[in-house]
Amino acid sequence: MLTLLFDGIAYGMLLFILAVGLAVTLGLMNFINLAHGAFAMAGGYITVLLMNRAGMPFLACLPIAFVGTALLGALLERTLYRPMYARPHLDQVLFSIGLVFMAVTAVDYVVGSMQQNIHLPDWLQGRLPIEAVGIGKYRLFIVVVCALLTIALQWVLSRTRFGSRLRASVDDPRVAGGLGLDVNRIFLLTFAVGSGLAGLGGALGAEVLGLDPTFPLKFMIYFLIVVSVGGTTTITGPLLAALLLGIADVAGKYYVPKLGAFIVYTLMVAILLWRPQGLFARASAR
Amino acid sequence: MGAPRRPGTFADPPRGSGPAWGGPALGPAAAPGAPLAPARSLRGYARWRWWELALFAALPLSWLLLPSQALLLNEIAIVALFAISLDLVLGYAGVVSLGHAAFFGFGAYTAALFAKNVMPDPIVGLVVAIAASALLGLVSSVLILRGSDLTRLMVTLGVASILYELANKLDWLTGGADGLQGVVMGPITIPFTALKGFDFDLTGRTAYAYTLVVLALFLFVSRRLVHSPFGVSLQALRDNRLRAASIGLSVLLRLVAVYTFAGAVAGAAGALLAQTTGFASLDVFDFHRSAEVLLVLVIGGTGYLYGGIFGAIVFKLLHDLIAAWTPQYWNFWLGLFLVVLVLVGRERFVRPWTWFSLGGKR
Repeated sequence: MLTLLFDGIAYGMLLFILAVGLAVTLGLMNFINLAHGAFAMAGGYITVLLMNRAGMPFLACLPIAFVGTALLGALLERTLYRPMYARPHLDQVLFSIGLVFMAVTAVDYVVGSMQQNIHLPDWLQGRLPIEAVGIGKYRLFIVVVCALLTIALQWVLSRTRFGSRLRASVDDPRVAGGLGLDVNRIFLLTFAVGSGLAGLGGALGAEVLGLDPTFPLKFMIYFLIVVSVGGTTTITGPLLAALLLGIADVAGKYYVPKLGAFIVYTLMVAILLWRPQGLFARASAR
Repeated sequence: MGAPRRPGTFADPPRGSGPAWGGPALGPAAAPGAPLAPARSLRGYARWRWWELALFAALPLSWLLLPSQALLLNEIAIVALFAISLDLVLGYAGVVSLGHAAFFGFGAYTAALFAKNVMPDPIVGLVVAIAASALLGLVSSVLILRGSDLTRLMVTLGVASILYELANKLDWLTGGADGLQGVVMGPITIPFTALKGFDFDLTGRTAYAYTLVVLALFLFVSRRLVHSPFGVSLQALRDNRLRAASIGLSVLLRLVAVYTFAGAVAGAAGALLAQTTGFASLDVFDFHRSAEVLLVLVIGGTGYLYGGIFGAIVFKLLHDLIAAWTPQYWNFWLGLFLVVLVLVGRERFVRPWTWFSLGGKR
């Protein structure tokens, strides 16, 4: 029981790291980016390829996955995404679906369609020797890393100058621009960091979630659930939504495996029916 | 969501459901900025145009002239009908849907299960499937009434995913991941006449004729619908939901009605697929299908009903062409096509002569 809860929390934290970039993109730029999973996949593949082909240690791969995906995100933001911000949502959806299809097939072509495995270092394998609560070491590692990242994110957003600029741009990009903030640069930087976090999440999650070319499609709906249920106005909303989703998914798959992901989808539709702006959205979102 | 818009979109009037996207929404009678002659605006807009008549005439001609291509044409007609259904929701009512395959798949499974377990008559099966998907549309329309575009995307996607999971897990009924096999269709018997005994054969000519009749029927009904006061009021609420509500249109009821009708049309398309192929699999609920029909519609253009047909023709031909060349990686080109289409803009994409007109800016 406690093991399930812990696994659910680990899964939820992972989902949060994967999806937080999407929350910012949606909240900040009002941009529906279905291709967010593609960045996560990029991070995962960077790690897998570095470890298996170049023999780099796992821990060294994680920062590279972050930086590599962030650079990729910055590049794409500057070239492809920026013209899309002012477009209607339909265009954004089509555009990002197109990117997903391209990413899926490109990875299939380059790496192959088989599932990729990561060999974790020895000190991350196995379970902690605590009776009654079987805690996988790797799960614990994930929880710790993700919690640290969350705290760091929260600190950056609430305490630093960049954070206040970002919040100003979220609240009203026009006024923020009028006050002399370089909104475009803030967008660029935020998009890059969000993509980088997704890449890091993909690298961390390659072992837990499984990594194959259909990753962006398989998890797209999960990321979107986190964001739409959590709302895009705060960082705690998506966090709680991700934890809820993680625990519900793990527990659902354990207790009623016949229903599979059915529970999660039904829960999501029910919550959105009840609170269309998300569980934790501010009342005056519009 | 409702986050503030970016600079440049400030002048947009407050819209309930997102901006009106491209596509010749109101026909030539309503070019923006041009003053409307009142008599022409509505009456003339519902008039039959020559190309519409030509299109309706082309449907039976395609059956006569291209007998060897009946299977491909049948697929095209089904996708076209599916896209028409999406056009009603997206092009006319302005509801973005990522899960339109829910109705398509529901119709397909209903028709297949009905043929397998109750009776093999295709027309009765079709009617049952249409009724079932209309009911699904009615029930799920409650979900799309509230919230932002994102919420609607998620809810429609969620409904399709739920049905996918159901079809996957209820394997005693649906055959699970293997699909529903052993569906045998009886011959078509046209009601109220002595005509009977049209078997579905391997050449697909009967199937195509059957699909064509259903397509033409629904096209005609949809055309009447969108040119009726009801259809015009739909466009009003698409363009500005707040204003539509203020002049006394009951927005929610209209959305429910059009969503139900669109569900019925999509269900008919799915039922046609299941009946003419004698097979229903999980693929009908797949995300790919919802994305594809969006693409089909966007290629053809939204908001004038025929976009689905033109889009389906272009899409299927393109698909055959590219898939023959690189079957495994066809999705890459599909994705690239989508990205380029959106970046260039559909309006521009279908008018190659404008590509180079704005001084180097392609």
